[in-house]
Amino acid sequence: MKTLNITILQFPGTNCEYDTVWAFRRLGHETTVVWHKEEALPEGSDLVVVPGGFSYGDYLRSGSIARFSPIMKAVQAYAGEGGRVLGICNGFQILTEAHLLPGALKRNQNLHFISRIQHLRVVETDNAFLNLFEKGEVLKIPIAHADGNYFVDDETLDDMERNGQILLRYCDEKGEPMVVNGSVRQIAGICNKEKNVYGLMPHPERAMESILGSEDGVRMLEGFANA
Amino acid sequence: MKAIVNVYLKEGVLDPQGKAVHHALGSLGFDNVTDVRIGKQIVLQLDESDREKARKEVEEMAETLLANTVIEEYTVEIVE
Repeated sequence: MKTLNITILQFPGTNCEYDTVWAFRRLGHETTVVWHKEEALPEGSDLVVVPGGFSYGDYLRSGSIARFSPIMKAVQAYAGEGGRVLGICNGFQILTEAHLLPGALKRNQNLHFISRIQHLRVVETDNAFLNLFEKGEVLKIPIAHADGNYFVDDETLDDMERNGQILLRYCDEKGEPMVVNGSVRQIAGICNKEKNVYGLMPHPERAMESILGSEDGVRMLEGFANA
Repeated sequence: MKAIVNVYLKEGVLDPQGKAVHHALGSLGFDNVTDVRIGKQIVLQLDESDREKARKEVEEMAETLLANTVIEEYTVEIVE
């Protein structure tokens, strides 16, 4: 597989940037961590990752302040030109706040911070992210969030379903739908209409080794080099 | 000039915190409560004497940052 240049953003309060570095390096890719005050992305970035954490302490709303950091202008432009962007957990929240992805992430329905290994069902595979999976496959990936309750209005949601923008849903070990945090239609991950911006609440970078409970994250992150 | 911005989840968007508080009030015996919505209040001190200008500006602040209009609605009150 080809070597990619992965750019990983870092905001005050980001805490998954080095797990993400480690995960992509393990796959043989080059990584650069970019501080949010920068105004440009490194030349030749093949993928920009907005990693997990608690940017700006989740003040106001998760991701709402990070979305206005200088680097985000460059990310908007990059995504607008078709560049690939992946938001994980807080990164997903930042991308919805930036309107690079539809919808919003609300407080979990049960108001708890949920941290556990969760089953997910692969919904769509016709994209650069999940192209190494079969539709309907059941994965195990850790989740750790308080604001993962995905909401979007019904009309947009129906459009998203038609366009193949629903990537992952929460499920039980048999693949049956499961309510985890109150997300509409059990959504755990989505992409934009153009299918170059991806967001998910689960943490693939924490599912890279079977000794840690799952290595399903490997095939997820490998997808980008295959597309 | 002082501005008060109240931000709430939109009608039709489930408010899990409101639901939990509603439930708690019910178990305390306050059984005439029919709904609870929880919002946040943001109080701004402005260096501005023109009321209308202040309102316009605060509305812009609410649209861009203070509220996420995908899920929230807001009210702006200008207080002398």
